[in-house]
Amino acid sequence: MTPILECRDLSKSYGKGSRPALNHVNLKLQRGRIIGLLGPNGSGKTTLIKLANGLLSTNEGELLVDGSPVGIASRKIVSYLPERTYLNMGMTVQEIIVFFKDFYEDFQEERAYEMLSNLQIDPSAKLKTLSKGTKEKVQLILVMSRNAGLYILDEPIGGVDPAARDYILNTIITNYNENATVLISTHLIADVESILDEVVFLRYGEVVLHAPVDAIREENGKSVDALFREVFKC
Amino acid sequence: MGWIFDGSRPIYVQLLEQIRLRIVCGVYRPGEKLPSVRELAQEAAVNPNTMQKALAELERTGLIYAQRTSGRFVTENEKQIRSSRLEIALEKVEAFITAMQELGYTREEISALIRQDEEACQAILSGEAKDENQNKQAEEGEV
Repeated sequence: MTPILECRDLSKSYGKGSRPALNHVNLKLQRGRIIGLLGPNGSGKTTLIKLANGLLSTNEGELLVDGSPVGIASRKIVSYLPERTYLNMGMTVQEIIVFFKDFYEDFQEERAYEMLSNLQIDPSAKLKTLSKGTKEKVQLILVMSRNAGLYILDEPIGGVDPAARDYILNTIITNYNENATVLISTHLIADVESILDEVVFLRYGEVVLHAPVDAIREENGKSVDALFREVFKC
Repeated sequence: MGWIFDGSRPIYVQLLEQIRLRIVCGVYRPGEKLPSVRELAQEAAVNPNTMQKALAELERTGLIYAQRTSGRFVTENEKQIRSSRLEIALEKVEAFITAMQELGYTREEISALIRQDEEACQAILSGEAKDENQNKQAEEGEV
């Protein structure tokens, strides 16, 4: 089966002479998985994510989404939660939902309203009136309400409280289907470890480990969180 | 009964053990239909694929069985459930004995402690006291 995301000898550097942000990365992500993209600051996680969303262009090598280069077709199947918000703060949640519905064919309005009501978020509230954590929840709801083939979540749980974190992880499990893959970049490994199938460790722009969580536990006799602390000890 | 995982072992193994425990304790009764993979995964906050793997392993042991369209059920074979219960009990006893041996007790002393046999406990205590005396004498000898 065609991987949902594939990197072939992918490199990216932000300027001549600077250390490459990604250095000859080869990676295949299959459908139907929940995958953790892990690495210390500056390891290339966000660069990889931006490349997959066409926000940056590659220097060398290829990045394929469902077998095709990044473009209009790939944007239709990738649902992306960026690190920073891009939404118009003057709009209400309701208005943004209309916006998303127009923009994405695969947007499920009912799903969005159900999640909003579960988290007791008022759809008529303007975004700028919401707390930082609530804004993050709204964005995640929008992203998870699409019927996408690949969800890319850049730090989805960083700014929310532990109860909302549980709800978000639960949302990811609930929306899971065998045709879709969820790629989660995060520093909070212990919180997400039990919902992951596999992890990718990045370091200095290179993939140093790509393995199933339970295989890592079996081989090392320790959690992915503990292994990460050991591998990336400062 | 909550779901708790330690960091040292694969998650699917721990799921398997905890579902087995629920069956043995009667949380899931013989012949009862189990919740779906998705429901169980949500309840335990784990990846559905991991839960699937744990259930497949349990199926292999015969403690649960799958029926094509209607889901998974706990075995009706109560003898098998009793034998699983005994297996868990023996594992726990073995772990307990190992921990006690690490504390330096012999098997006889351990069984005396379980019976809360006062005489035996006194003997264990005085045995330790005797050792201390010997150490004291040895120290005085050196002086």
